Amino acid sequence: MAQISLTVNGKARKADVEPRLLLVHYLREQLRLTGTHVACDTSQCGACTVLVDGRSVKSCTMFAVQADGSTITTIEGLATNGQLHPLQNAFWEEHGLQCGYCTPGMIMAAVTLLEQTPKPSERDIRAGISGNFCRCTGYQHIVNAIQRAAAEKR
Amino acid sequence: MPTTPVLPKLVGQRVKRREDPRLIQGRGTYVDDIALIGMQHLAFKRSDGAHARITSIDTSAAEAIEGVEAVFTGAQIAKFLPPMPIGTPFPSPEHRAVAVDTVRYSGEPVAVVVARDRYVARDAADAIVVSYDPLPAVVDVERAMTGQPAVIHPDFKNNLAVALVPSGTGVSADGSKVDDSAIDAAFKNAEVVISQRMVNQRLAPNTMEPRGVVAHFEPGKGTMTIWSSTQNPHILRTFIAALTGLGQDQVRAIAPEVGGGFGAKINIYGEEYVTAAISKQLGIPLKWIEDRSEAFVATTHGRDIIGYVDIAAKRDGTLLGLKLRLIADIGAYNMLLTAAIPTLTMMMANATYNIPAVRATLTEVFTNKTPTDAYRGAGRPEATYFVERAMDMLARELKMDPAELRRKNFIKPSQFPFATQTGAVYDSGDYEKALDLALKHSQWDRLKAERDAARAQGRLVGLGLSMYVEVCGIGPSAALPTGGWEHSQVTVERDGRISATTGASPHGQGNETTFAQMIADQFGVPFEHVTILHGDTGVVKQGIGTFGSRSQAVGGTALIMAGAKVKKKMAKFAAALFEAHEDDLVFENGTISVKGSPASAKPFASVAAYAYVPVPLPDGLEPGLSDEAFFEPTNNTYPFGCHISMLEIDRETGEPNLLKLVAIDDAGNLINPLIVEGQIHGGLAQGIGQAMIEEVVYGEDGQLLTGSYMDYALPRAIDFPRFELAATVTPTPVNPLGAKGVGEAGTLGSTPCIVNAAVDALSEFGVKHVDMMLRPEKLWRIIQGGRS
Repeated sequence: MAQISLTVNGKARKADVEPRLLLVHYLREQLRLTGTHVACDTSQCGACTVLVDGRSVKSCTMFAVQADGSTITTIEGLATNGQLHPLQNAFWEEHGLQCGYCTPGMIMAAVTLLEQTPKPSERDIRAGISGNFCRCTGYQHIVNAIQRAAAEKR
Repeated sequence: MPTTPVLPKLVGQRVKRREDPRLIQGRGTYVDDIALIGMQHLAFKRSDGAHARITSIDTSAAEAIEGVEAVFTGAQIAKFLPPMPIGTPFPSPEHRAVAVDTVRYSGEPVAVVVARDRYVARDAADAIVVSYDPLPAVVDVERAMTGQPAVIHPDFKNNLAVALVPSGTGVSADGSKVDDSAIDAAFKNAEVVISQRMVNQRLAPNTMEPRGVVAHFEPGKGTMTIWSSTQNPHILRTFIAALTGLGQDQVRAIAPEVGGGFGAKINIYGEEYVTAAISKQLGIPLKWIEDRSEAFVATTHGRDIIGYVDIAAKRDGTLLGLKLRLIADIGAYNMLLTAAIPTLTMMMANATYNIPAVRATLTEVFTNKTPTDAYRGAGRPEATYFVERAMDMLARELKMDPAELRRKNFIKPSQFPFATQTGAVYDSGDYEKALDLALKHSQWDRLKAERDAARAQGRLVGLGLSMYVEVCGIGPSAALPTGGWEHSQVTVERDGRISATTGASPHGQGNETTFAQMIADQFGVPFEHVTILHGDTGVVKQGIGTFGSRSQAVGGTALIMAGAKVKKKMAKFAAALFEAHEDDLVFENGTISVKGSPASAKPFASVAAYAYVPVPLPDGLEPGLSDEAFFEPTNNTYPFGCHISMLEIDRETGEPNLLKLVAIDDAGNLINPLIVEGQIHGGLAQGIGQAMIEEVVYGEDGQLLTGSYMDYALPRAIDFPRFELAATVTPTPVNPLGAKGVGEAGTLGSTPCIVNAAVDALSEFGVKHVDMMLRPEKLWRIIQGGRS
C-alpha cells in the first residue's frame, strides 16, 4: 500500500492505495465519482478523461500513486456553483450525446481542446477529439456543441 | 379569471433531451456504478484456442489467492445451470454458458472466479491452469460447408446450422414447394446478366459501455434482482427466471442507464445467467463487468454473410429477375436471434424495385468464431448492400445513370401496400420522391461535373448512390417469438402530474423526452409535469424491449393508447364536476374546461385530486386515474430513403477519403426531429465504418486478430465529413402516429453508396467490384494494376 494525497474537485483527499491501482478505479471505486467511465483497456477510447493539473489525461493510463500531489477535476467537478460549464450546456443544447457513456470524457477532452485552441476550425475539433470514441452520434452534434461553446467563450 | 400560460404543442418540435442534465454531469447510473453491500466480483477464465477439448482444469492456485470466494468450472456450473435457450425456432446444438468439455471459439468461458474485488478476481482467473487437446479450427465458411477441416457440432453435418431455406417467387408459404420456372425464365429471357460474389464482412458492435451485470439473490425472500446493460429487461427476466428455476414474479430485471446497444444487447448472455445462478448458489450479490478485450470475443458480432448475386435485365434497364444465394457465417453457436437475422436479408431481397421473379436462398454455417446476432440494421443492410451493389454494376454495364436505372424499376406509389416476392408487405412508400430530393439536395449533375473535372486533373473521384427500404416497428407477434407488441401504463397522479411506463427500454434513443412530448400534448399539461418510467420490470409491468427500430412506432402507440383511456376516464370525472358532457371538455394549458367556455377552466390538478377522493363518486366510475394498453401492429413499417456519396482515393497511397454524404430518409411523421437527426447520424457513422474501416478478422488458427482498438478501427470524428440530411414524409398507415422508426436506417443506404462511389472512382482500372472494407492497401493494389 502507498499513501497518496491529492485534491479532487476542490477537496483534499488522502488514501492508501495498492501501487497498481489505476487512477480511474481510485476515482470511481474509492471516491465513488462514477461519472468517469471505462470503455477500453488500451487507452484509446477516452471515456476516462479527467483533468490532472488542468490538462486532460486518460485516467486509465495513470496509476493513482502517480497522481500523488496533483489536482484533479472530474466531470462531477466541472459545473461551478450549480452553473453548468459552457461545454456541458452546449452538449445539451446541440444534442451532443445519446447514450451518454462517452460524454464525460468527451467534455473533459474538449475543455483542454478549447483552452489550447480557443478558435478551432471544424477540422481542429474533429482532430482534437479523435482520442475519444463515440459510437452513437456520428460526432456531428458533438462538433456542433464544441463550436457553440467556443463561440460563447469569445 | 386566472391567467394560464399557453403551452406549445411539442410533438414535431426539436425539444432538448431531458436525459441530458444527469449525463453531462456524470450523474447517470450505469451497471458498473452500482455498488451493493457485500457484493463480490466475477471474472471469467476464457479459452485461448478456437477449437479444443478441455483435458484438465486446475483451479487450486486460484483458490489459494487471498480474497477469492469461490471458483467454478464449466462442469460445476452445469450442475445448477441448464444449457442456454435461443429465441428462434431453428434447431440448435447444446450451448453451455461455461464450456464443459469442448471450446468452440477463442474467448469461450471455461471457468469463473468469485472474489473480493475485480483485481483479485482477474488475478485468480489468470492463475487457473487449463489443458487442451487442440482440434482443427474451422474458419473459412465455404470450406466449413464441406465439413472441413472439422465438424464443430456432431449433430450438424457439414457444419450446416440451417441447411437451405428458399424463398421468393414460386416458393410456397411453408417453403415445402419450390417452383423455379419463373426465375429460370427471367434469366433465360435476359439481355444482360450481372453476377457477383460479395462479402458483407463481420463487424464488432462496440457499444461504448461494455456489457455488465449485477445479480442479487435474496435467500430470505427467494427473489432475484438483476441489473444488466440490456435492451430488453422483460425478455431478460423471462430467461433468467427460466434458467434459475424461479418464477417471473420472483425476478426483477433492471436496465439502468445503458451505454449503447446497437442490437448486441438484445441477446441474453451466458455471463448474465452465470452471475444470477452463482448469486443464487452463494446467496450474495455479484457483479461482472466486461472489459473491452472481452467484449471483442464475448459480445456477439454482426453481419458476416456472403451473397452470390445474379441480376437479369433487358438492355433498356428493365429488371427481369434477381437471385441471391446467401451463406451466413454465424460463428460457434446459436444465440437468441442468431438464426433469424439472415432471414431478414432474404426477406428484403426485393428492395425498392418491381422485380418479376426473385429467388433467395440461405445457408447458415457454424465456424469457430464468436457467435453473430443482431447488429444495427440486422439483416437489412446486408440485403440493401447486395442489391444496390448489383444495381450499380448493372447501371455501369448498361452505361445508364445509376439514378435513372433505379427510377425505371421502382415500385410505384399506387402499388402500396405492396406484397414483395420475398414475403414482405411494404406498408407505404414513394421512392421516386426520395430519389428526386436526393438528386436535388446533392446537386447530382453538379457533382458529376465536379467528379469529371477532378478526373481530368488525374484525381480518382467517384460518386455513389443507393436506395434502401427498411423493416421497422417490428411486430406483429407472428414476426417475433417474444410477442410483437409493446405495453404502457399511464397514471395521472393525485397532484396532477403524470407518470407513464413503457416497455420500450431505451439506451440512448431519448424516449424519456419524446414520450413526455406526446403525453404533455395529449393531456395539455406542461412537459415538466410528465415522467417516463422504463427499464425496470418492477415498475413497468410488461414489455418487449427496444430493437428493430420499434420504440416509437410500437411503444409510442401503446403509450398514447393508454393515455387515451386515462384521459377518457378523467373526462368523466370532469364532466361530473362541470355538469357537462364528457365529449365537450377541452384539455389544454394545464386546465380542463368546457368547450366554448374558457372561463369555466379548472386546474388539471384539481380534477386529478377529485378522481382520487371522489365525493360524490360519479355513477359507474371507480376511483383513480390509471390504465394500461398493449399495442400490437398489424404489420411492420417499411421506411426508405436514398443516400449519395462522393469519395476520393489517393492515387499514390490508395487511401479513401469520404468527401460528401447526403442522406434522404423517410421515417414517416417525426416526434422530435433533433433526436431523429442524431439517430440518422449514428447510423450513417456505423454504415460508413463498415464500408471504409471496420472489419473483424480471424487468423487461420481461429484467433481473433482484431481484438482491441489497436487493430479494430472504430470511426473517429476525423473520419467523417459533415453529413447532409433531408427528409421526405410518407406516414405509415400501420399505427396512428404515422411514425415508422429510424434507429437503424442510416446503416442501410450509406454502406453501398460508398462502395459504389469507390468503384466509380476506380473505374479507369476496369474495376467491377471491391469487397469491404476499403483498405488502402487493397485499393492501392488495384491502382497498381491488379484487378478486383
